[in-house]
Amino acid sequence: MNSKERIITANKSTIDYILDIWQSKELLWILAKRDILVKYKQTILGVGWSVFRPLITTIVMAFAFGKIGSLDTNTSIPFILVVAPGVIVWLFFSQSLLNMSMSIVMNANLVTKVFFPRLIIPLSTVFLGLVDVLISIGLFIFLCVYYQFLPDWKIIFVPVFVLLTFFATFGIGLITAVLNVKFRDIGQIIPFIIQFGFFISPVGYLTSSAASKFSNPLAYKIFLLNPVTGCIDAMRWAMLGDFAKFNWESFLPLIAFIIVTFFVSFRFFRKHENSFVDYI
Amino acid sequence: MLIISEKMSNTVLHIENVSKRYILNQKGNSNDDLRDTITRMTTKVLKPSQSKMEKEEFWALRNINMEVKQGDRLGLVGANGAGKSTLLKVLSQITQPTSGIVKVRGRMASLLEVGTGFHPELTGRENIFLNGAILGMQKSEIIKHFDAIVDFAGIEKFIDTPVKRYSSGMYVRLGFAIAAHLEPEILVVDEVLAVGDADFQKKSIGKMRDVSNSGRTLIFVSHNLTAVQGLCNKGAYLRSGELIKYGKIDEVVNEYVKNVSKFQLTQNWEDREKAPGNDFVRIKSIHLIPKSDILQDNFDTRTAFEISFEYWNLVSDAELNVSIFLYSMTGECIFNVGDDAKIYQKGIVKSSCNIPGDFLNDGSYYISIMIVRDRIAPVYFFEDALAFDILDHREGTDWYGKWPGSIRPKMIVVNSEQKELL
Repeated sequence: MNSKERIITANKSTIDYILDIWQSKELLWILAKRDILVKYKQTILGVGWSVFRPLITTIVMAFAFGKIGSLDTNTSIPFILVVAPGVIVWLFFSQSLLNMSMSIVMNANLVTKVFFPRLIIPLSTVFLGLVDVLISIGLFIFLCVYYQFLPDWKIIFVPVFVLLTFFATFGIGLITAVLNVKFRDIGQIIPFIIQFGFFISPVGYLTSSAASKFSNPLAYKIFLLNPVTGCIDAMRWAMLGDFAKFNWESFLPLIAFIIVTFFVSFRFFRKHENSFVDYI
Repeated sequence: MLIISEKMSNTVLHIENVSKRYILNQKGNSNDDLRDTITRMTTKVLKPSQSKMEKEEFWALRNINMEVKQGDRLGLVGANGAGKSTLLKVLSQITQPTSGIVKVRGRMASLLEVGTGFHPELTGRENIFLNGAILGMQKSEIIKHFDAIVDFAGIEKFIDTPVKRYSSGMYVRLGFAIAAHLEPEILVVDEVLAVGDADFQKKSIGKMRDVSNSGRTLIFVSHNLTAVQGLCNKGAYLRSGELIKYGKIDEVVNEYVKNVSKFQLTQNWEDREKAPGNDFVRIKSIHLIPKSDILQDNFDTRTAFEISFEYWNLVSDAELNVSIFLYSMTGECIFNVGDDAKIYQKGIVKSSCNIPGDFLNDGSYYISIMIVRDRIAPVYFFEDALAFDILDHREGTDWYGKWPGSIRPKMIVVNSEQKELL
């Protein structure tokens, strides 16, 4: 018989908590697998959707911003390649944020019936987005071959920036997931934020071309505070060879944002996770 | 010293002063939206004392103390809202106690629902792995038990069909089969017997017996007192969040039944003017008298009893007879018996009727009395005069499902014999 004694009381240490999460890693994986499996059940195209969505988005963006917005006139590489990293980051961010903020409520049946560290639920939603990121990167490689474009060594940084995008999403996602338990308003707000967030993030345009459009330097500073801007700039730097310079102006706010939101959201989540069952 | 430490090590579950408080807002927490909260937060800043008034506390559990030893089978009984489920939720860590400590020794699995986390779109196979992981099984364990689970559930043919296409019976069987192959040292089970057919109930009780026979600990909640008594050796009776009695299961169940049953075994009226009735007759008293000394306070299926009542006849030379109706809980009349009409003078008339033991089934019953004049005209119908519960009693059986039917007559005997040898 296992002689380890577990104590259930009103408070638990952070180390015990992280240990609990580590012990539940199989559950984390299986929940992620469930989300991935379920997503394309009873669809004709199946995983095809993960290819079509980023592909169509990229083509439409390139057309809208490049041709109609006439942003493609002075780029040295095909504009569609400029748009691709932005679309990869944006789809990952928006998907993960949406899934994460809904995760606790969507899994109400688990929250009210079984015990496991609740952090597993929002964490597991990320894998779904990661699968899409992998497929999108494959698409990017395909586009590179098609346009005869060769990215340089910096491409090895792509996983690092995917991870940073994840951490940026994690902070907001965790807080919104907690709030959504009590206030379903979040379910209304998030799609709205994603909708206009798209336009204030440099998905279909370059940060450098946006810079000249701001008449007020303060407004530009605020624009750079958007963590997604930092992610997209960094991703362009890594994926597009010497086309884009590394933009510290947007990268440093991103790192600061990640550090602050990570600890704040983690504490916020821990403080409230035990009351989920009482409010859900 | 040695004895003490040995005693200590036998305790697998130590519950100390556990309380759980819920805050109810008078406005209603469930409809709380963002606007309300913002309004409340603003008022809190402006008038801090006022917002405090709105809060109402509800103690779902109050200072619960219990020690559960290894191998105990503990049954929790109590009315709805007594705190049983809250206690299970605290034990299975779904919700935290507001105060107090629970110490658990060994791996604990809780089964608060059959098929928790089943995803309708996933196949039976995928759901076995999903549900197993949710209940805390390692992948290797699930693989080890996979065939046994499928076999126990009897769904071999449908293992690769999405569970949304399953019949509800298949769904429940699969859910229970997975849970049954958990191998925890402590198993917490809530009311899973409420679902499924008799065969399933039998299977699941059998499985829970196996758990306890193998020296593991079981904590079980059910409204089926028969199942609780048959399965458990220890009982805990909760009422309004407080532990009323903890001890041997029979004593606990008796205490519980005494507390909750709508027993009304006797009614008396001293004042004739206030007694129920009319200008012709008035009821004086009515009693239900158990004719056995097995149980002092409760009736069980063995108990014979007498229905006895008296009434004032207020008319001379009245030709009266009485008619007794026995109804089941659902309002169905089990039987109606009467006596022959006789001429009575003004005064008190006494009637009685004997109900044999081993005749009625367990359940709740009530009695109505009708007094009839001239053989055909009802004079007075005294409805719901008495109410009583009959407890279950079984010997020599391993089956604890609800015994069907309104009566359980022992005088009707089934005879079987070996007729021929092959």
